[in-house]
Amino acid sequence: MRPIHPWPLRLMHWLNALAIVTLIGSGWQIYNAAPLFPFSFPEAITIGQWLGGAVAWHLAAIWLLVLNGVSYLIWGTVSGHFRRKLAPPGPRAIWADLLAALRFRLPHEHGRYNAVQRALYLAVIALGVLAVLSGLAVWKPVQLWWLSDLFGGFRASRYVHFFAMAGIVGFLAVHLALVALVPRVLWPMIAGGRDQGAVR
Amino acid sequence: MSRELERRALLGRALAFGAAGLLTGCDYDNLQHPDLADRFLRAMSSWNDRVQAALFNPHTLAPTFPASAITRPPRFNAYYDRDQVRVVDGASWKLELSGLVAERRAWTLADLRAAPQQSQITRLVCVEGWRVIGQWGGVPLGWFLRRIGADTRARYVSFRCADGYYSSIDMASALQPQTILALDFLGKPLTPAFGFPLRLRIPTKLGFKNPKSLVALGVTNVYPGGYWEDQGYNWFSGS
Ligand code: HEM
Repeated sequence: MRPIHPWPLRLMHWLNALAIVTLIGSGWQIYNAAPLFPFSFPEAITIGQWLGGAVAWHLAAIWLLVLNGVSYLIWGTVSGHFRRKLAPPGPRAIWADLLAALRFRLPHEHGRYNAVQRALYLAVIALGVLAVLSGLAVWKPVQLWWLSDLFGGFRASRYVHFFAMAGIVGFLAVHLALVALVPRVLWPMIAGGRDQGAVR
Repeated sequence: MSRELERRALLGRALAFGAAGLLTGCDYDNLQHPDLADRFLRAMSSWNDRVQAALFNPHTLAPTFPASAITRPPRFNAYYDRDQVRVVDGASWKLELSGLVAERRAWTLADLRAAPQQSQITRLVCVEGWRVIGQWGGVPLGWFLRRIGADTRARYVSFRCADGYYSSIDMASALQPQTILALDFLGKPLTPAFGFPLRLRIPTKLGFKNPKSLVALGVTNVYPGGYWEDQGYNWFSGS
């Protein structure tokens, strides 16, 4: 029987989680050195202990995120995973599934993502791409001046980068809440599981 | 089956342990005793140096700005407070030269004033994430290096400052046409807080790579490091 989640997907998902958590934690520490808004992130939930450590973690973890993310995009396209599992849903389908989910009437079928899930996953993939591009613009405003200009300059790139992070954190909150509500989806993402058709 | 499970459990624990070890690492808090995380971060940082050197295009100019964009008042920044700025005596000051240069004679302020000058209104981006725009004027470093017969195939140009600060840059960035030994700031000679009598102004690198109140310049193939770089900031730190 086929696993619910094939091993490349599981491996890349957890490597991505490691990279994202490291990037967010160190990014918050970097943000604190020159906050964009009248608040800072509590030291205890940042990574790196000081600006130098945080920048080093951030610039190390970005390689994992990008290499892993590019592998995921290639694998997802070539294996047909995107076509089979992540076909972009229409607004009507999202609305219908959202209403059903809010009434707790949306059954979870192992190995099949509902329209809300697909919308969320596609959104976070797009946010990841946006975070990487705006990060490059913040990192290299001279060498990659065209990218910096695309986002409206150095300062605007910092805002875009911040909001991309905020969007990913928002996704994570929903993502983790859904896993907490339907905990039986977690083990297949770790061990693979067995695809036995729809499970109610 | 149970073997397989055991193997997996072990692997899982090893991975979790490794990740925890990395994340709780010392993060450069004691570089005399680098732990595993420090060594990993050092290796990644020198890899990032190489990537940035490859990405560096000597013909790409840093953006320039109109005078109306200049940040006023200018922002002071150093590794100490403003009331601790050391004041250099311009009359007796000299820029000492060392390393792979043919003419080691030290330069006075008058010597530097007599050299060709260049003025620029450029952006200084700090590693902390803020940026200011200022106007600097002075001697192009590329002109200076050729004038003193420096070996421009050497890897590094190093700088020492009156306040104990030090830093170093790669030769390609040193020869970029906007890299200057600045004498003037906002149309007047530099003030002590902004690097009197001479500072490096290099708009293709982060702010901390722009050392102030220079007293010595060297050309070398031996990695010279820097005040912040030795504590863990990325060495190349190109913009
Ligand atoms: C750290 C804790 C995390 C947990 C416990 C977790 C859990 C899960 C689970 C159980 C699934 C499968 C859902 C299903 O079968 O219905 C899943 C899928 C997914 N997760 Fe996560 N996740 C975590 C972090 C992240 C992060 C940080 C991201 C991205 C920013 C992310 C992005 C995704 C995506 C895009 C999918 C769909 C993958 C595909 O099929 O291509 N997850 N996650």
